[in-house]
Amino acid sequence: MAEKFDAIVVGAGPSGNAAAYTLAKSGLKVLQLERGEYPGSKNVQGAILYSDALERIIPDFREDAPLERHIIEQRMWVLDDESFVGTHYRSDEFNKPPYNRYTIIRAQFDKWFSQKAQEAGALLLCETTVSDLIMDGDRVVGVQTDRLGGSVHADIVILADGVNSVLARKAGFRPELNPGDVALAVKEIHFMPEETIQSRFNISGESGVVIEMVGKITKGMMGTGFLYTNKESLTIGVGCMLSDFKKQKVSPNQLLEEMKNHPSIKPLIEGGEMKEYAAHLIPEGGYKAIPQIYGEGWMIVGDSGMFVNAVHREGSNLAMTTGRIAAETIIELAEKQKPFSARNLAAYREKLDASFVMKDLKKYRNMPGIFHRNPQFFTTYPELVNQAAHTMIKVDGIDKKTKEREIRNSFTHRRSLFGLMGDAFKMWRAFE
Amino acid sequence: MHIVVCIKQVPDSAQIRVHPVTNTIMRQGVPAIVNPYDLFSLEEALRLKDIHGGRVTVITMGPPQAEAALRKCISFGADEAILVTDRAFAGADTLATSYALATAIAQIAKDQAVDMVFCGKQTIDGDTAQVGPGIAKRMDMQLLTYVSQVDSLDITSRTVQVQRRAEGGVQVLTTRLPCLVTMLEGTNEMRFATMDNMFRAARYQLKVWDRVAAGIEDVSKIGLKGSPTVVSKVFAPQAKTQRAEIIDSESGEPRDLALTLISKLFTQHPAMSEAVVKQSA
Repeated sequence: MAEKFDAIVVGAGPSGNAAAYTLAKSGLKVLQLERGEYPGSKNVQGAILYSDALERIIPDFREDAPLERHIIEQRMWVLDDESFVGTHYRSDEFNKPPYNRYTIIRAQFDKWFSQKAQEAGALLLCETTVSDLIMDGDRVVGVQTDRLGGSVHADIVILADGVNSVLARKAGFRPELNPGDVALAVKEIHFMPEETIQSRFNISGESGVVIEMVGKITKGMMGTGFLYTNKESLTIGVGCMLSDFKKQKVSPNQLLEEMKNHPSIKPLIEGGEMKEYAAHLIPEGGYKAIPQIYGEGWMIVGDSGMFVNAVHREGSNLAMTTGRIAAETIIELAEKQKPFSARNLAAYREKLDASFVMKDLKKYRNMPGIFHRNPQFFTTYPELVNQAAHTMIKVDGIDKKTKEREIRNSFTHRRSLFGLMGDAFKMWRAFE
Repeated sequence: MHIVVCIKQVPDSAQIRVHPVTNTIMRQGVPAIVNPYDLFSLEEALRLKDIHGGRVTVITMGPPQAEAALRKCISFGADEAILVTDRAFAGADTLATSYALATAIAQIAKDQAVDMVFCGKQTIDGDTAQVGPGIAKRMDMQLLTYVSQVDSLDITSRTVQVQRRAEGGVQVLTTRLPCLVTMLEGTNEMRFATMDNMFRAARYQLKVWDRVAAGIEDVSKIGLKGSPTVVSKVFAPQAKTQRAEIIDSESGEPRDLALTLISKLFTQHPAMSEAVVKQSA
């Protein structure tokens, strides 16, 4: 049986679901293929949901989406071995609906999102792996799955198959993953009573706190740690560049174990029962790592297209936005009865260029390279900043002016004046 | 040949948790699967259909969400699927369940006579192994339990030969149709669904039967009313295992790690240490 669809979406994560939902809602005949047992069964994220991107797809998502806590406080910690210097931003503005950000559990959230796509009319088949693209010359005309009689045809194939995107690599749309362009993140979910979470984090009801961490916890590797509050659990994790793990020969689980034992973190998770352990790759190569994202009869969305803003810890919103914009591009072409040729699909890239997706990624295009070459941002500076805070706060009979000099000297001693100026310039370049 | 396969949707017991305070099973968030033994029986039924032709009907009694389990069976190649669901069934024990299922199967037989019924040996959540035999008794069918494989089926003489795993060996048994077989694990493996069947399952319209549609008139025989079994207490046995410990040494050398491990073992189990000393002496 040669079933034919208007569009095939490979993958049922945020980008695939956004694309399938948008396409199906417009009345197109959509097939979505997911290799996991159910949508979300293989997906891993911190996870923070940014409302805006989803609101543009499903405006009333708050009515039934499985959400954990809305975030009212963001903490940023710079850690040394036994201390941290941090800023906390908490605003009651974030405690007024409609809420801007939520913590979520992806296994539940993805199931819900996929259900919405199915209700809109998309046909979903799980436990079905797409092994190859079916080509007619240089045009993609369908997919080959691992099942008997498994070829299905479509006018357009959207690759939403995640960071590894075996399909895009096999088809030559994307190069092999470069270990310097992906982070490996590990996380655990620790269950504890709601009241404990509320009292530990000074929150009530369903409001929540997010802690983002940088510093000695990553042992000089380029990466960050995080701790999120869910309804009845905490998510704690850490991620570093794959190339750094390789170089430093540190195992991710060991890194997380040590982070959990940091004296500032340990009391927060104490007494919890670990119920889940997960690891995943995150594409963090940024703007320069984005491959060709469209061609004759195909498009790439989400992680598969390296759409992650590592600096701001944004990824799922970029995934949903690219999925939605890809779908909208297809819908517009279909309405005008234009073919899904590379030439016509170029509108997808143009729309992304004009959106926050590419604008943000372009802004930080130099950041990965700068941080790769300058590990002091993850080692020396966290140490110095913590030492400085310690020196100023400790009361020990030494006058403040001497203390200030000591701090200044510690900085110039470790990095030299030129080093400091150079680093400041690099930081400015990275964030310009 | 018309084969009916009884299945049940169960929580994946490998992932189940017991609530520490109430001692009840926490079903929330635990994935639901088709009872593994039922899949062995479905596969065996499908193999018979492959050889002899005919029809395989899958039936379950359960809550509306059991639909997913039935759909899965359609994807493997079952022809029809019937969900028997009604609030009146709530709280049923094996006596009430076998009554409801036997009545529903009799209802199916009105459409086309049923030659064989397959059940799993037992479910992994109830572990009673009573429902299959209960159905056979109520329907006055030959009963073959603990079957590891169906050797042959002769349609003209209406006989079936099976291997039954028994204490001390394997019995080769022959009986006449109609019969009910409860299947063990291990001699077959569920096939990988074809793309056509995946599409069919995704679009299949299930038959949903309430009590009346299933042909059940006597409500005193179903649900809580029809269940003499009383669960007087549920408790979780104390976990006996100790938590794992991560052993590390300063140098990280395998030799040092081994020494640390051995000294830890000997400290915790002096008897072991003594035995080793004695042996080396």
